[in-house]
Amino acid sequence: MNRSRRQVLKSGGGVTLLALVAAAGWLKPGDASAQSWNKAAFDTKSMADTMKALGGGEPVQSKDIVFVQTPDIAENGAVVPVGIISNIPQTESIAVLIEKNPNMLAAVFDIPAGTEPSISTRVKMGQSSNIYALVKADGKYFVAAKDVKVTIGGCGG
Amino acid sequence: MADPMKIRATLVGDATEVKVLMSHEMETGQRKDAQGAVIPAWFIQNVTVAHGGTTVLAAQWGPAVSKNPFLSFKFKGGAKGDKVTIVWTDNRGDKRTDEATIV
Repeated sequence: MNRSRRQVLKSGGGVTLLALVAAAGWLKPGDASAQSWNKAAFDTKSMADTMKALGGGEPVQSKDIVFVQTPDIAENGAVVPVGIISNIPQTESIAVLIEKNPNMLAAVFDIPAGTEPSISTRVKMGQSSNIYALVKADGKYFVAAKDVKVTIGGCGG
Repeated sequence: MADPMKIRATLVGDATEVKVLMSHEMETGQRKDAQGAVIPAWFIQNVTVAHGGTTVLAAQWGPAVSKNPFLSFKFKGGAKGDKVTIVWTDNRGDKRTDEATIV
């Protein structure tokens, strides 16, 4: 595989995003550190908007993304364990989206080479909803969903 | 300054399993206090895990990550005695760095 081409593409994408963010005035010039936070993506309220903010097209449904440690029924929406394993080769990032939360995107994990494409964390859910695992692999987006029922919501008072 | 993270880094086969428990309110900005005023959002935005100068995981979080966040993942290339460094930054600009030794 042509490694350098991938890196160029990758870094190119990063620059565009930063430039966009800076241009929109969210970040003052000189304020943009190596670590950026994709405000646009975290503000989105629908799958399509999130995809746009992350710079991807329509994701493909995939059976190679597996949910682990994720309950069918979560008693407490404030703490819902989510584990995602991607069996797609060249996984670059894994994102967790919760359909019915005020903002869909919960977290994005960048997976460098050498790190296993498997993460687990805990998220809040306002109500019963689908959890989407969005995987970026080799520049393409894949998605899998899991329905989780929540007994007590985790957002709001 | 926030409380230290609890980090456990264990060598499992040829991979290092990292488990972190951070201490943070992760306030969503959706809740209201008794007077009806919105409690401002306060949450961790960036988490970076490094091993030997290389980033092994970089995460961006929204307020939907649970209070006192938990994170677990595995990476290859670690050896016993190596250090794993974890840094988080929240939306108030607060920052915390902690280190653990792989066992």
